[in-house]
Amino acid sequence: MTARFRYVLRLADTNLVLAQRLGEWVGHAPALEEDLGLANVSLDLLGQARLLFAHAGALEGRGRGEDEFAYLREESEYFNLTLVEQPNTDFGDTIVRQFLFDAWQAALYESLAACRDATLAAIAAKGAREAAYHLRYSAGWLVRLGDGTPESHARVEHSLAKLWPFTHELFVDDDIDRAAASEGMGVLASTLEPAWSVRVDRTLGSARLVRPAPATFGWYGKQGRHSEHLGYLLAEMQSLHRAHPGATW
Amino acid sequence: MSAHATRATAPPPELLARLHGILAQVADPEIPVLSVLDLGIIRHLEIRPDGRLEVGVAPTYSGCPANAVIKADVLRALRAAGFDAVAADVLAPPWSSDWLSDEGRRKLLAYGIAPPSRAVGSVRRLWRGDVPAACPRCGSTTTTLQSEFGSTPCKALYRCDACLEPFDYFKCL
Repeated sequence: MTARFRYVLRLADTNLVLAQRLGEWVGHAPALEEDLGLANVSLDLLGQARLLFAHAGALEGRGRGEDEFAYLREESEYFNLTLVEQPNTDFGDTIVRQFLFDAWQAALYESLAACRDATLAAIAAKGAREAAYHLRYSAGWLVRLGDGTPESHARVEHSLAKLWPFTHELFVDDDIDRAAASEGMGVLASTLEPAWSVRVDRTLGSARLVRPAPATFGWYGKQGRHSEHLGYLLAEMQSLHRAHPGATW
Repeated sequence: MSAHATRATAPPPELLARLHGILAQVADPEIPVLSVLDLGIIRHLEIRPDGRLEVGVAPTYSGCPANAVIKADVLRALRAAGFDAVAADVLAPPWSSDWLSDEGRRKLLAYGIAPPSRAVGSVRRLWRGDVPAACPRCGSTTTTLQSEFGSTPCKALYRCDACLEPFDYFKCL
């Protein structure tokens, strides 16, 4: 497995898992507008994931496509960030998770748009606009909830404390990051932190929320070691394909 | 002629005009007043060395379910006119609302959808947002965003503060 393949696969996995999480809200969101909003963000992430899986499949050169990647891999073969597999729980948790992610993805795509992998750069250039729009949505909600009622403030403050530890993984470089970045085919995770921090601090300030202390506990989703939640998500997502291999509609 | 055997070539002007005529009739499935040419998603029309007509199509939003339908509609129209057409996905440069034609913008407005503001510009500008949209009914620029996500992935929902009517805004993205 080459570093480039693994690097792209991670991005695809991260998008797919979050798209699946957001899809769980369809029909259950607090208002019709948010049902549409979360579903639309989910669809964008899924659309990007499909492009990334196609690219990963081409880099791997073994003929695997989006369905093989999505439906026929076990938990330990997924390399998504641990943050995105965390459960929806409530709208506050969902918005905090989304905001922390969107700010990261906006910074990531902006950097990747200039990388030497032409396909990845094209996907990133396109995704950067979508990530920016998602960020407006999630940041807008974080401000409304944080600067809202005492109840919404307390709830979202709790969500932030709970999800913040997972941000550590967003900026830790490993061998795959270093290999991809050294060839100019990716970017070092650590280089994204300054832009992310600026955006996060600004929005937290508007939301009357205090930035939690730096997270130190390590998570290793992008190395295939996950929290307990991913297995349940995959079981639901893959059940139909595994029961009826090759099913289409 | 030998170069033609190995590389795709541009169709001659009369053929190109005919192809444009066909594509002008292929409508966006969600916003039927717009053709695929108005949308700015047809990136190239070429005759491949094997004689087939290749049409380069840029996807709009990554998550738009209409992307697949649009591509199928384009191929169906060209094949119905007798062309052995194949589609190629074109990702770069990425499509944005800046690619909408002036004609497309006029059609949107007449249809009751506020067209996107000009020039997306830098991506970071999008982080800050906010795009004031003029009401397509009364032209007032005093409007309020109701929802970033509307009836389709390409639209946001606004309300006019002057005439109080809700309206769709084609996202500037």
